[in-house]
Amino acid sequence: MAERSFKQEVEKLRLGAGAEFRGEGILAVTKALLQSGVSYVAGYQGSPISHLMDVLADANDLLLELGIHFEHSASEATAAATLAASVNYPLRGAITFKSTVGTNVASDALANLASGGVKGGALIIVGEDYGDGSSIMQERSHAFAMKSQMWLLDPRPNLPSIVNAVEFGFQLSEASNTPVMLELRVRACHVHGRFVAKDNVRAKYSIADAMENPVRDINRIVLPPASFLHEKEKADQRWPAAIRFIRQAGINEFFGAGSADVGIVVQGGLYNTLNRALELHGLSDVLGTVGIPLYVLNVTYPLVDDEIVEFCGGKRALLIVEEGQPEYLEHNLNTILHKADLGIRICGKQFFPQAGEYTVVAMMKAIADFLDAHQPNLLRNSQDSAPTTDGRATPDPSLNALVHPRPPSFCTGCPERPIFTAMKLVERELGPHHVSGDIGCHLFSILPPFNIGATTMGYGLGWASAAAFNTPDTDRRTISVMGDGGFWHNGLTSGVGNAVFNKSDGVLLIVDNSYTAATGGQDILSSSAHNPLRATNKSIENAVAGVGVSWIRTITRTYGVDEMRATLREALTTKYKGPKVIIARSECMLNKQRRVQPLVRQDIRDGKRVVRERFGVDADVCTGDHSCIRLSGCPSLTIKDSLDPLRRNPVAHVMDSCVGCGLCGEAVQAAALCPSFFRAGIVSNPSIWDRLRGALERLLIGFLQATTDRRLARYEQ
Amino acid sequence: MNNRAPDKAINIAILAMGGEGGGVLADWIVDLAEHRGFVAQTTSVPGVAQRTGATIYYVEIYPISHMASNGQLPVLSLTPVPGHVDIVIASELMEAARAVQRGLVTSDRTLLIASTHRIYSIGEKCAMDDGRVNSTQLIEAASSASKRFIGKDYQRIARESGSVISAALFGALSGVEALPFAREDYVAAIERGGIGIKSSLKAFAAGFDSVGNASSVAAGQAAASARKPGPGLMPLVKRIELEFPALARGVLIEGITRLADYQDEAYAGKFLARLSPIAALDNEFGDDQHRLLVDAARNLALWMSYEDAIRVADLKTRHSRFQRVAKEVGCGARQQLQIDDFFHPRINEIADILPAALGRYLMSSGWARRAVLGGRIVRTTSVGGFVQLFLVASLRRWRRSSLRFQAEQARIESWLQAVKQAVSEDYDLAVALCDAPRLIKGYGGTHVRGNGSYDRIVAALDSLKRTTNPADGLRGLIDAASQDERGEALDRALQTLR
Repeated sequence: MAERSFKQEVEKLRLGAGAEFRGEGILAVTKALLQSGVSYVAGYQGSPISHLMDVLADANDLLLELGIHFEHSASEATAAATLAASVNYPLRGAITFKSTVGTNVASDALANLASGGVKGGALIIVGEDYGDGSSIMQERSHAFAMKSQMWLLDPRPNLPSIVNAVEFGFQLSEASNTPVMLELRVRACHVHGRFVAKDNVRAKYSIADAMENPVRDINRIVLPPASFLHEKEKADQRWPAAIRFIRQAGINEFFGAGSADVGIVVQGGLYNTLNRALELHGLSDVLGTVGIPLYVLNVTYPLVDDEIVEFCGGKRALLIVEEGQPEYLEHNLNTILHKADLGIRICGKQFFPQAGEYTVVAMMKAIADFLDAHQPNLLRNSQDSAPTTDGRATPDPSLNALVHPRPPSFCTGCPERPIFTAMKLVERELGPHHVSGDIGCHLFSILPPFNIGATTMGYGLGWASAAAFNTPDTDRRTISVMGDGGFWHNGLTSGVGNAVFNKSDGVLLIVDNSYTAATGGQDILSSSAHNPLRATNKSIENAVAGVGVSWIRTITRTYGVDEMRATLREALTTKYKGPKVIIARSECMLNKQRRVQPLVRQDIRDGKRVVRERFGVDADVCTGDHSCIRLSGCPSLTIKDSLDPLRRNPVAHVMDSCVGCGLCGEAVQAAALCPSFFRAGIVSNPSIWDRLRGALERLLIGFLQATTDRRLARYEQ
Repeated sequence: MNNRAPDKAINIAILAMGGEGGGVLADWIVDLAEHRGFVAQTTSVPGVAQRTGATIYYVEIYPISHMASNGQLPVLSLTPVPGHVDIVIASELMEAARAVQRGLVTSDRTLLIASTHRIYSIGEKCAMDDGRVNSTQLIEAASSASKRFIGKDYQRIARESGSVISAALFGALSGVEALPFAREDYVAAIERGGIGIKSSLKAFAAGFDSVGNASSVAAGQAAASARKPGPGLMPLVKRIELEFPALARGVLIEGITRLADYQDEAYAGKFLARLSPIAALDNEFGDDQHRLLVDAARNLALWMSYEDAIRVADLKTRHSRFQRVAKEVGCGARQQLQIDDFFHPRINEIADILPAALGRYLMSSGWARRAVLGGRIVRTTSVGGFVQLFLVASLRRWRRSSLRFQAEQARIESWLQAVKQAVSEDYDLAVALCDAPRLIKGYGGTHVRGNGSYDRIVAALDSLKRTTNPADGLRGLIDAASQDERGEALDRALQTLR
């Protein structure tokens, strides 16, 4: 079950024609899919499109009513291959994942799909994780659209435009027999807005119809000679069909007065930012009444030559607002306008930053420079309203020292933290090892306070990226880390199978927290939860043993730092030659708390005996060295003023957000740290026995404590 | 802002850390605005920032009454623009400063509502010394950059209401009357939210009221309270008043109280006896600041009350400690408290509290050093556990004959000797040397490391004296030793000395 429940949102998916839908962009996409008569949806979770997957997982009843099949794909490649259902049958299908990382994984299947083409509408919804807050390499999905010749939609970031793009997307796909990508940036996925809903549509042609009446067409299969035919089709039929449809349906939009002899071309997704920049220059207003001709590309691939030539007619200069690099649109526009021979100046990256997100500030500067060069009379009051800073520079440099970065980190009570605490302790004993990282929460180990991990090459590729370190010339082994998510995604074959086959002597540490935790806590094969929709509780041990690993150790409580350390030590020093796998298993605490907390509260209300554990630090025993923090980094373990007037250093302090995971105590013992820590057990609804024993204890202990107090009373009032 | 021309959207940036309820606050504002005839847009980039990182939630609202008749929605921005933000709400003080740093807070228009409590950055927490950023500087930055600054400890306000910070901040937003909505509208938004309504409304009200009252903006820092010596220490107090300068009295009284508590009156007396010659030298070579005496007294009191197993057991078994823990963990009257203490005694820590000869035998015998002692968890609130610790604490009476006591007294004497020796040559160096024992702290490995650093620095004293500014050099070495656990910075610093 995902981190968040979407039961409320599911109700929004049922809205009928005329009702107003209010909510997040990605949920609007979900509703639009239902309105478009989609037959199947698949995908792999990841920011910013996780909510699409999560809400559909909670909407199973509705999906059954509409005859929609929904899958949590094993990987983005699986999701992309799922679209094969639209090759021979008039079935509309949609898939979704994080891009460009997911598109990388999917691109084999996408290239095959795009080659043969589709009969039913095929929509690939990519969450473009680019710019502020992104967690991946900065690349463009645009390149994938171009290389496979799939069409790319980049709608204006408001809900009606996004919803329209989904509906147009299917129509465009069917009109041109081509899969269509719908690109949504992070903020567009999370933007709260509104649109007027339509009724949900059940597809007339069903999945069962297809299965009962199978069709095959050898010309749709990527094998010579059909593959050569496909390329000709793309150029001669599908492309012109797409251009016709885009023009006729008016998917791209034109705004602004025609009097100026300069114009701006903008990717649809950047429209709001551009409008704000123009507004601050006095060239537009909050309602989008723009005083300069604007051509908004809701389709950024392919470009419609005729539309561009018409827009540019009579203009001296054109500004292209295109985020990311390489600047494919600018190259394309140059070609188109060069052929048209209009004598227009084409400006783009020369006024914008080559790399990085286009902020309002960056756009304001580019617009000012462009207009300065080509139509200075348009700039009226830009001087008055120019922002004071560029958003990165600081008005007060002294703040740079005061404002620290806040890197993401393991949550309070995270079961992965003690694994890295143990690794740090092993490092102290055996010296540093090459540690190969993977994708997932566990990658936070590369940051303070752990500073563990050298590379990350992709989801599930943790062990694969240590493959070269396989030599008889040293006894020093490498440690690779992989999450349970990455393991099932591809790590079982790319990492474990590869290590067995190539006789690796390395160590793999599989961090099994029962979910794909980093993407929002979705279930996978080995999840321990009971999931009525999916088959869970499949063993990682069996899978690993099944591909031929014989050295396997399982730790079922990662908080046991001693055991964790001993197991790592054994793996790094054992005489056994061959691949070694440690499975470290404890449930993701964020999800566990969400699962358990309501039950605990209910138990307390019901009068049941409940013991809540949390840790604490005795401030008078702590000497303020903070070793414990350097071995943990738990958000609940912090510092506070020492109440001791003789001590200047702050002392360690455990906040009430502590969930009593036990790491503090374990780390204290494993690292022989200090006796400041205590674990408090707070017993709600104590039993009679508790109360009797408590009374006796208080009596005896109180007697002894009184003798100490009498001594101390002589020294302090 | 109520009567501003509605040609622009009103915009609000919320800076929060993942899991702090910044999203809830944004959702309340959206719901509030939508129910009062506004189009509201909010967005954020949660991503991995949800995992404890810093993030910005951004809201823009625009009155429907000013929209064109064709129902065309306003074009709202998805990101705050530096210099163009009306309201910034920061859920923590460093986040408020971050907003200033990013240019989101400007004195011509921005109302900044910030909670002044601190959630320390990992950098601040990891420092071996005190790595905290000065809160006053952060508050000054926030206050001087903004048009209006409302800074209160909303974390505390929320906690006192049994709720979360987002409700208290929402109350403050209502209280400043910056948005064209009435208090009832805000309350209704919370009620529609449906979760924890009662406690949220309580925190909301407290947040609302916080705006009016002129209490100090700084987060309440717990002041270290001076101890009042009891009747058994009166002779020593008299001696302090007679023999020592007034400026040093506070630290001296603290010292005798601590050491009597630690051992007995005689031990407290020894503290004063050790300081008498220092005080004399301070009079001769120092000025009326008495830096030498004050710093020596502070570090001497700490060193003399070194943390051995006896001390730890003593502190862990006190009645006042049980009360403190119960309060800290919020143990109610009808709940019961269990306290489990974690120990990992190493063989030398046991040898430490044995009579010196026995301790030395233990440390020299191979079998004992090889013996591995597992970690122990003692339930101090149980009779059995308590008695164990109480017995260890009772060894206090025999502490003077213990191995550790003898070793520490010798080290203390040699430190005092070095200080006294330095005074006549270089008063500043002597003052700096007074501070060197602060490196010796902690337990187990941490303590061994601190001792090692201290020894290396003291051994470098002669080399230091040959430099142009020995006092600064010494302080530099002490700081270097606090840089990293492996002592690499100290290695480098000592290298340059040679």
